Amino acid sequence: MKRIAMGWVALVIAGLIAPFLVYPVFVMKVLCFALFACAFNLLLGYTGLLSFGHAAFLGSAGYIAGHTIKVLGFPPELGILAGTATAAVLGYVFGSLAIRRSGIYFAMITLALAQMVFFLALQMPFTGGEDGLQGVPRGMLFGVIDLRETMNMYYFVFAVFMIGFWIIYRAVHSPFGQVLKAIRENEPRAISLGYAVDKYKLLAFVLSAALSGLAGATKTLVFQLASLTDVHWHMSGEVVLMTLLGGMGTVFGPVVGAAVVMTLQNYGAEIGEWVTVLTGAIFVVCVLAFRRGIVGELAALFPVRKP
Amino acid sequence: MTEIFGVPIQALFGQLLIGLINGSFYAVLSLGLAIIFGLLNIINFAHGAQYMMGAFLAWIGMTFLGVNYWWALMLSPLAVGVTGVIIERTMLRWLYRLDHLYGLLLTFGLALIVEGLFRYKFGISGESYPVPETLAGGINLGFMFLPKYRAWVVVASLVVCFVTWYVIERSKLGSYLRAGTENPQLLQAFGVNVPLMITLTYGYGVALAAFAGVLAAPIFNVNPVMGSNLIIVVFAVVVIGGMGSIMGSIVTGIGLGLIEGVVKSGMVANLLGAIFDEVPIVGSIVYPVKLLFSPEASAVTIFVIMAIVLLLRPAGLFGRER
Repeated sequence: MKRIAMGWVALVIAGLIAPFLVYPVFVMKVLCFALFACAFNLLLGYTGLLSFGHAAFLGSAGYIAGHTIKVLGFPPELGILAGTATAAVLGYVFGSLAIRRSGIYFAMITLALAQMVFFLALQMPFTGGEDGLQGVPRGMLFGVIDLRETMNMYYFVFAVFMIGFWIIYRAVHSPFGQVLKAIRENEPRAISLGYAVDKYKLLAFVLSAALSGLAGATKTLVFQLASLTDVHWHMSGEVVLMTLLGGMGTVFGPVVGAAVVMTLQNYGAEIGEWVTVLTGAIFVVCVLAFRRGIVGELAALFPVRKP
Repeated sequence: MTEIFGVPIQALFGQLLIGLINGSFYAVLSLGLAIIFGLLNIINFAHGAQYMMGAFLAWIGMTFLGVNYWWALMLSPLAVGVTGVIIERTMLRWLYRLDHLYGLLLTFGLALIVEGLFRYKFGISGESYPVPETLAGGINLGFMFLPKYRAWVVVASLVVCFVTWYVIERSKLGSYLRAGTENPQLLQAFGVNVPLMITLTYGYGVALAAFAGVLAAPIFNVNPVMGSNLIIVVFAVVVIGGMGSIMGSIVTGIGLGLIEGVVKSGMVANLLGAIFDEVPIVGSIVYPVKLLFSPEASAVTIFVIMAIVLLLRPAGLFGRER
């Protein structure tokens, strides 16, 4: 437990001073993706369900937040709530369909459903098609805090991230989280112990989708843009990579994974198409030799002594 | 001109032909996925990339080495099959004892690598591959014009599918394969070289994808992302059909291609409109269904069908739970 506490302290300190050391917009991007990856990890790492369609939640929440703020004139906090709620509803629909099958079928179903969302985002009039929703105003948070100031925006994003991260942490370390782990380890046994496994899976799916939506809506506010990139299947693959690289089923793994992948993309932009190749290569290496991820390997290097 | 439910008959047959061609590709690709999954327990995400490689190798062969279409149809699947054998020997074989998900993730990574390399080398715009001279032109059937090459694509795909079905379901080699799917340890105890069989099966499944790619080259634009868009639809096809039976994959693939064609012609929407538009309340209930099956929404038809099948028959049309 001590190590987890140290992790929290490190995270808060790093989050508070980061914008003074690194370009703040980049840190905000990392935070949004870190929340996205943590939400995804709730499903893959703790429940053992591989969703290959999480971009649908990130992207659709972004579109709804962008549309409500830009066109309907919602204040930023309500726009983000609207986006999150949309992702939760979408998660309920996807989840109800996908949990009817397990294993790789689950992955294929979520991928196909997300592709449907991609086509809808491409064709529906309010999304702006290939151009996306541009120029979403950041506005005034609660009517008082001016989010056009980069530092205000940064600390708002950091607060959103910490709230989302705390929800996930609480969910994982609650009786609910224990049941999820039981399902991951041995589903027939969880069923025979009398747990309504499908309900737990669905709840985990909805929670994961909603928090992914929270990340997507916040990201739209940061970049003032919702685009097709966020609903494309490449994005679904990227979040799998962040989680796998950082460490599946670890609390801080996805945060580390997101930071590494984002840094790679940011500084790797000049190598162009090689980023895709490099991403693929990291996947292959992770799966073949490095399945515990960065945080998982570190934890294995320094085992906790049992009292 | 004759019309069926407000669709000119020539337009309908035109769409049906496109549907049949797409359906043939769905069939060949989902067949390959099913064979690989049966023996390796891996969903080959790289299948789309390997389909694209097949098409590109044909184009490269023609442009730089002067290899004609018919040689490409044999050599390109062979080359891609060899890369498949290498991938299986060096990477996939380490994953058989792990969760199925790792196979999916590894092949996903491989797909990204291949797609990225081709995009780096050839750009995104794509190349065109001419129809071979023997199959240029078409036949006028009276009610429609049938391009010879498209007829050839359908025939060639069906032949490959049925030969594969025959070998697996009716021959001695196929009986080993089916036994390997059921119980590899027992089969190995009888003296069959199961690891070799697994390697060759992966090679064959991958070669099927490349074969489909060469067939597709003269019809579609040959570009690095041609496979990744297709493979997601094929995944939906596989979910709908279930991977339990070889014939099931073939029938589901072609059937879904045809349904897509019918929807694209606008017949379904017109038909629903003709029946329900006049009925007061039912008409407005059916309206969203009509939208889902309108020609504009034909890109999502298969995904909608997948959702319906999952609600009614979660194991898929020909599948069994495992």
